[in-house]
Amino acid sequence: MKKIASILIAGFALVGMAHAEAEKSAKPIGYSFEGPFGTFDKAQLQRGYKVFKEVCSNCHSMKYVSFRNLSDKGGPGFTEAQVKALAATFTIHDGPNDKGDMFDRPGRASDAFPWNFPNEEAARAANGGALPPDLSLITKAREGWHGTFRQLVSGIGGPQYVYSLVSGFEDEPPELAKEKPEGKYYNPYFENGPWISMPPPLSDGLVTYDDGAPNKVEDLARDVSAFLAWTAEPKMEERKQTGFEVVIYLAILAGLLYFVKRKIWRDLH
Amino acid sequence: MSGPSKYQPTSAIGKWFHERLPIVAFAKDHVMDFPTPKNLNYWYTFGGILSVMLMVQIITGVVLAMHYTPHVDMAFASVEHIMRDVNSGWMMRYLHMNGASMFFIAVYIHMFRGMYYGSYKAPREVLWMIGVIIYLIMMATAFMGYVLPWGQMSFWGAKVITNLFSAIPFVGTDVTTWLWGGYSVDNPTLNRFFSLHYLLPFVLAGVVILHIWALHVPGNNNPTGISVKGPQDTVPFHPYYTLKDGFAVVVFLIFYALFVFYGPNYLGDAVNYVPANPLSTPAHIKPEWYYLPFYAILRSIPNKLFGVLAMFSSILILLFLPWLDTSRVRSGTYRPVFKLEFWIFAVVCVALGYIGSKPPEGSYVMWGKILTVYYFAHFIIILPLMGLLETPRPLPNSISEDVLAKANGKMVAAE
Repeated sequence: MKKIASILIAGFALVGMAHAEAEKSAKPIGYSFEGPFGTFDKAQLQRGYKVFKEVCSNCHSMKYVSFRNLSDKGGPGFTEAQVKALAATFTIHDGPNDKGDMFDRPGRASDAFPWNFPNEEAARAANGGALPPDLSLITKAREGWHGTFRQLVSGIGGPQYVYSLVSGFEDEPPELAKEKPEGKYYNPYFENGPWISMPPPLSDGLVTYDDGAPNKVEDLARDVSAFLAWTAEPKMEERKQTGFEVVIYLAILAGLLYFVKRKIWRDLH
Repeated sequence: MSGPSKYQPTSAIGKWFHERLPIVAFAKDHVMDFPTPKNLNYWYTFGGILSVMLMVQIITGVVLAMHYTPHVDMAFASVEHIMRDVNSGWMMRYLHMNGASMFFIAVYIHMFRGMYYGSYKAPREVLWMIGVIIYLIMMATAFMGYVLPWGQMSFWGAKVITNLFSAIPFVGTDVTTWLWGGYSVDNPTLNRFFSLHYLLPFVLAGVVILHIWALHVPGNNNPTGISVKGPQDTVPFHPYYTLKDGFAVVVFLIFYALFVFYGPNYLGDAVNYVPANPLSTPAHIKPEWYYLPFYAILRSIPNKLFGVLAMFSSILILLFLPWLDTSRVRSGTYRPVFKLEFWIFAVVCVALGYIGSKPPEGSYVMWGKILTVYYFAHFIIILPLMGLLETPRPLPNSISEDVLAKANGKMVAAE
């Protein structure tokens, strides 16, 4: 009884806790996929994929996305041959085979993205006790800013949150220097911050783009956050397209019904 | 339905069938010919909208259940499977999750409409009380549905809400253990919530039939609140209200579609895209928007047991509304004081919802208490007294007289 009561009290107390809000709202940068007609920029998603593969995937998983999704409609637009080739650059731990042994094999298009760590414990052990979150849904799971009205107009700012986080590392303000925990970094955009276990992941020129696009920290951050917006909402283009057709259809239907209704009611009084 | 049925089977087969099961006559009487006051405004279309929403929720829900896995290790992944791999799965899922919010928007308008026009008064008390039961079943169903994706807010919301039952004296712990099927919210909880979430909508559909039955005995109330005096006051439901309701339903669907296709996660909580983790509490646990006023009432009472009692009473008090309102005039249109106080009450309810969304600190706490007191005072002090003290405006003699007066007024204004 006591234990349960304390859980309840804890529950209420937590409700009362300050919001898990970052010190700073995310930088309000724009993306091609915003607005009712916005679509993903395929070249940007391909660049973002490269940043994910070369940088993020060293620690982070992306388990709800499969290689085959990279050639899906409304995505980065890799060809199926490209997807086969890039899947093969990953090693998949599979098995057991008919001898009962586990084995490694090159990735196939149908595989989900593998994780560099065999399990959560291994990931924590390699990251100073912190667990790098799965990135499949990260731009839907994090809010860049708050406010009922602002979110209605500009969305929750998930991609902007990722952009600001990976490009927003700073030297800690001198008055906070004493509080700095061992092995942590100062990041005013981190929602459970400002101390974050992730070291600054990007630096100018860290990833070389095949299309020769600029690759300063801000560029890498913008591209990878766009890529992660796609992994979180891979059906976005289909959704907006369908929505447009649905709303037009319903609007015409409503108009017709309105005039029939008026005609029928007209002779009543 | 008064009077004998107008249905006359024309074919031999129709006649044979009618003598054995007069279902066609029943449908014609209740869907086509049903005499309905001719002055119902668009606030009266939300009953039809709600029937459509119930059907949308059941159909999308049945499809989702074909692809969903109610297991703590797989539920979250199965929802992502629906979103990514199932054909149009994303649409089914977004229709269903936004459909819940639309259902509540419609039911709140429907309830406030009933309050404004005094639709709960004699002879419609049972109709109103069945409506309150429908609302309670809706809340339970929506709560359990929110747990199914097994995100962080699913889990912690379930934990906080089920823990409310631990406030019951002596047997509280036993009750929560029984609800959970264990000592915490876990796999058995998820399984039974899925089972009940699938069952309750069909119970709801059954109670909705009772609601419509109870409506068709006295017939509709109307904006004047005066009873139908004869055939000159009514029109057959079809085609007059099938078209008026149909138009309103389609306009409502446009509103719904804008959320589904252009802001599908706006009404949800971002934290629910993080898989449930019993070891990590989210910083700000709050229920879905449609529970927030009651959540505010719960938190406004410092004592846990009384907080829980206040929250449940705030809903159950609606069952007594037909007897708490002492005024004999049904429609708020002819009650000058009530009309004003009705809007104050509506604002208080919305303000309670706002307080429920805020952390209980600073002035939010005080405002929560003031608004809670007002909420209850509205039912147990203001309504009973107002009915006795207020002087209503003169009522029109009949519905058709009122309709004619308004039509003439419009013509005069137009000239």
